[in-house]
Amino acid sequence: MAINFAAGAVGDPTTTVSVFVAFVLLTLFVVYRVSTRNATASDYYVAGGNITGAQNGVALAGDWLSAASFLGVAGAIAVHGYDGFLYSVGFLVAWLIELMLIAELVRNTGRFTMGDVIGYRMRQRPVRAAAANTTLVISFFYMVAQMASAGGLVALLLDVQSKFGQSLVVVAVGLIMIFYVLVGGMKGTTWVQIIKATLLLICVSLMAVFLIGRFSYDFSALLEQATNNSPIGQALLEPGAQYGQTSLSRIDFISLAMAIVLGISCLPHIMMRFYTVPSAREARRSVVWITWTMIVFYLATMLLGFGATALVGSEAITNAPGGENSAALLLAYRIGGSPLLGVVAAIAFATILAVVAGLTLTASASFAHDVYANIIKRGEADTGSEIRVARITALIVGVLSTVGGIAAIGQNAAFMVSLALALAASANLPTMLYSLFWRRFNTTGTLWSMYAGLVSCIVLIAFSPAVSGRPSAMFPSADFDVFPLTNPGIVSIPLGFLAGFIGTLVGKKDQDPVKQAEMEVRSLTGIGSGLAMEAPRR
Amino acid sequence: MTRTSENRSRGRLEGQPPEPRFGNISKHSLRRPTNPNGTDFVAIQESDDFVALRRRFRWFVFPVTLLVLAWYFTYVALGAYAEDFMSRPVFGVVNMGIVLGLLQFVTTAIVTVVYGRYVRKRIDPLVDRLREQEGTGR
Repeated sequence: MAINFAAGAVGDPTTTVSVFVAFVLLTLFVVYRVSTRNATASDYYVAGGNITGAQNGVALAGDWLSAASFLGVAGAIAVHGYDGFLYSVGFLVAWLIELMLIAELVRNTGRFTMGDVIGYRMRQRPVRAAAANTTLVISFFYMVAQMASAGGLVALLLDVQSKFGQSLVVVAVGLIMIFYVLVGGMKGTTWVQIIKATLLLICVSLMAVFLIGRFSYDFSALLEQATNNSPIGQALLEPGAQYGQTSLSRIDFISLAMAIVLGISCLPHIMMRFYTVPSAREARRSVVWITWTMIVFYLATMLLGFGATALVGSEAITNAPGGENSAALLLAYRIGGSPLLGVVAAIAFATILAVVAGLTLTASASFAHDVYANIIKRGEADTGSEIRVARITALIVGVLSTVGGIAAIGQNAAFMVSLALALAASANLPTMLYSLFWRRFNTTGTLWSMYAGLVSCIVLIAFSPAVSGRPSAMFPSADFDVFPLTNPGIVSIPLGFLAGFIGTLVGKKDQDPVKQAEMEVRSLTGIGSGLAMEAPRR
Repeated sequence: MTRTSENRSRGRLEGQPPEPRFGNISKHSLRRPTNPNGTDFVAIQESDDFVALRRRFRWFVFPVTLLVLAWYFTYVALGAYAEDFMSRPVFGVVNMGIVLGLLQFVTTAIVTVVYGRYVRKRIDPLVDRLREQEGTGR
């Protein structure tokens, strides 16, 4: 075996670390250079609405391709084969929902946060509070997953096995991320995303081309070699390696698929990206860009996943310190030695940094704009104090997620992300769709659908086998897994829709036909949303 | 003034001169709206152009979204409940499941292109017309 796992770190730590440090310095420099004084709230939250559609599309790819969807999916394909490939399909198809139902309408209607859209024709204060609650909960789940995987990554690269050492790394990640957000605001964060997404795409595509080249461009030969190197053999290419043993796990799988395809379009940090472009057409262009990038990326990831099994072997991957998540890294080492490993690891780290920076920005915008400016100050807050509150919130959120990340070291990142997706699909999607398309929808319906989706999802997760009752659970020793599915989507998403429907019928008819007309006209045409256009184009 | 208070504005008062209509537009009407509070959204919502716009948008987006979801969940359900079918080899060791998965990639690409074309041809011109009428064109 070419790689000696027992002897600690994979590759030469000096090379790996220097590539990584070079990358961080580069991004810090860029963030410093592009940072404006962030004079207005619009500069800080949405880069003044001056990002072009293509740039924003690539930055969206940066926001979406988190550690879970890069390392996690490649690893899932390497170990579980076909069942991992199903993640890729869901992650891709979800962008069609974004393209057709969400992106343009959200861009036209809102300004900074989700609360702008769903609060448009409802009673502002309770609806904005609900929007801020779901945004903070979803972002926190998502962020903790990312931070935790930073600890796992460093375990593999530098052989830092102690919990204390990994915690130090998570703290460093937190500090750099807070710098990106506080200094760069949305503009700096966007550029970090663009740099990182470009590098990631180039790197992944080149590795994929190299891999398939080694098998004389014969996809079937690559798969055959992969099945030879996997303990499950031919089953690697067939459904059911990870799911499908029992009728319950099949439902669990459909539940996961549902959360994936419906959740992505309503993740708060993804929706916020559409406010950084000057018009709905640029928002559409962003989604078209990310769709093409995702097609390339997930095709490449499939090759990398099966290729990792073919060249490194499933058992070597599962036995490595990072487990499944290390498949892409081990493959990089196998192909290009320490320098390539350094590059891939640096990109993976940068991914974590950039994604948590985007999430922190979203969470701070949601608190400062929805809670502080619109609820506490009732829309009378001046720009300076709103940004100040946003920065303080970013700092607090950054510290909290670092602490959460330390607590969650060793948890499966892909799994925690799937829970965040279930939360977004249950709490945000029904509310978004109803308020965009249903004339009768009212404040009661909004609140019911958001809270029913959010609370049912959290409660079902808490009583699922993911949290207790299994050796792989968060608290393996406890046992209160009353709800049998690990992903609650199949129950909580319909519940969110149903609660919104019933709430609307039960609640007081407080919908204002003038506001409804305003919102509908604005969402489809952008009339009345001219704000971003007033900012000068770069 | 904050955005929120702008948003609370009501429609244009009765008796004000109508905005220049299509066909009566000089270059100057491509400027930003002089008074963003002066838009009568109810009138726009009831105008023929807007009704057509909404119909065209929903006529495309709703059925296509349902089709996309139906196709995706068919694929997922086949993976969960029809393992034999999905394991059937198509060429080499590449089986039905992988081929159908790759077809999802293909259909996603097709829908993206078709949607872009439909919106450019059938929806954007209507949006432009409505915006020009309101003097917010760009």
